Amino acid sequence: MKYTGTAHKVGAHIDTDAIIPAKFLVTTDAQELGANCMEGLEPGWIKRVKPGDIMVAEENFGCGSSREHAPIALKGAGIPVVVAHSFARIFYRNAFNMGLILMEIGDKVSEIKDGDKLEIDPDSGTIRNVTTGAVIQGKPVPPSMQELLDAGGLVPYVKKRLAKQEA
Amino acid sequence: MRYTLAQKILQRGSREPIGEAGSIARCAVSLVLANDITAPLAIKSFRGMGARKVFDKDRVALVMDHFTPQKDIASAEQVKGVRQFAREMGITHYYEGGDCGVEHALLPELGLVGPGDIVVGADSHTCTYGGLGAFATGMGSTDIAAAMALGENWFKVPPTIRVEFSGKLPKNVGAKDLILFLIGQIGVAGALYKALEFGGQVIADLDVEGRLTMANMAIEAGGKAGLFPADDKTLAYCMEHGRGAAESIFPDPGAEYERVLKYDVSAMAPQVACPHLPENVKPVGEVKNVSVDQVVIGSCTNGRISDMREAAAVLKGRKVAKGVRCIIIPATPAIWRQSMDEGLFQVFMDAGAIVSPPTCGPCLGGHMGILAGGERAIATTNRNFKGRMGSLESEVYLANPSVAAASAVTGVITNPSDL
Repeated sequence: MKYTGTAHKVGAHIDTDAIIPAKFLVTTDAQELGANCMEGLEPGWIKRVKPGDIMVAEENFGCGSSREHAPIALKGAGIPVVVAHSFARIFYRNAFNMGLILMEIGDKVSEIKDGDKLEIDPDSGTIRNVTTGAVIQGKPVPPSMQELLDAGGLVPYVKKRLAKQEA
Repeated sequence: MRYTLAQKILQRGSREPIGEAGSIARCAVSLVLANDITAPLAIKSFRGMGARKVFDKDRVALVMDHFTPQKDIASAEQVKGVRQFAREMGITHYYEGGDCGVEHALLPELGLVGPGDIVVGADSHTCTYGGLGAFATGMGSTDIAAAMALGENWFKVPPTIRVEFSGKLPKNVGAKDLILFLIGQIGVAGALYKALEFGGQVIADLDVEGRLTMANMAIEAGGKAGLFPADDKTLAYCMEHGRGAAESIFPDPGAEYERVLKYDVSAMAPQVACPHLPENVKPVGEVKNVSVDQVVIGSCTNGRISDMREAAAVLKGRKVAKGVRCIIIPATPAIWRQSMDEGLFQVFMDAGAIVSPPTCGPCLGGHMGILAGGERAIATTNRNFKGRMGSLESEVYLANPSVAAASAVTGVITNPSDL
């Protein structure tokens, strides 16, 4: 599946407190969390995002807390894909478990500017910058993560396994 | 194959031989942990998975410590849901109220974690238990739900950075300074996807509480785990805390490390992490005279009895500066009682400090010590991200308990040696 949307660029070491501050962690509702997404970076940030838009970040995106509310907030905000130089480890697992697609592209992230229109194909690892015409070839999503995405996330994946155990 | 501590401990949970760094291992877990923020999501995922019982009711710990004592109706509802789940599953280790403490201080104290354990927790500071020679790592709620249902999870075998400290620690320099110094050197992504393994004479000399403090902040360098060998000190700690059957664990000589970092600590000053990242570390002398509105001494990093004693030694016979709020939080009921029995509370009260019940509250800007716009705090906690402790316009500095206490006395960031 391909994704097309406007790039919203943020800097390095964007932590989970920036993605969803602690004061909003009294709910697990995706819509509610999504409405407050990136509130710790800049109040009202979410207002500029349309569903389908793409988050683009520098190094170590998602560092800090293990709160799964962070990928849920991004998904709740309508963001299907995050492209970054690199991701923090716990966030990386959480995102795929929640069905949020991540693409790690290292230094090539500097070729994407805030507001660029992107077309992304996670299967082949290709990012086409519609605004500039440039094509970035990243790594395809790893097969083990693809398996999770195909299952619809970790919940249906484990559900299948548990059903097998009981059968 | 010669194993690092990470490989050695993962091997204990796996039926297959543990491979090189980067390979995937499926391991049984010794304990699964979640708290009042992450358990509600874990339970939602657990139900969604169609799971009907936890893999072992004695090996799931649910600790209600972040927004507790419950700060508002929403947090009370969250805890209520977890409490009902714990009852339904017959979970032995459910903690709330009078027997509850800050999770990463509480579980070692109760003997629930020990050398060789593989622990997964829906809290990033789960890495704390590496201080006892456990492979412990933070994950999200859904990963934890899978572990609660299956009693296992997958792990990528991490490459290891070995860190050796030599020399002798100067006065007022301790475990917190060692880990802040390291994060300052390698940065907040310096150990991304990797394990940190600590060694050297300074580590051998360090007490277990200090090792827990250091392991706690491995995540602040992006680390998957922060590992310490389990030596005689570890075994003595385990014995004292009801974990009698513990065995020592050391890395194999000649194990393969991604890199080895060596530091002599003999000339180290107390370290302070400046806003807004734990890597912005400077010797205390370079930030002295920065004024503070609030001091927080507590958390899973530095809320143990040794930290309480360190703070009391500085505050004894002194007063907290006018206009400064000094909040002291013993991390567990046992630490609270011991602080009281040793007369530390008298010192804190005489100095004009506030003693709080055990809670994670202020550390994450949850409650019991939120900063207003323009306010500045120095804290013994682990994160100084923008807005971490309250307003986006506030600032947090991180330091050891004696620097925090000295700063409370003067109202500016202070090296305790200068008092």
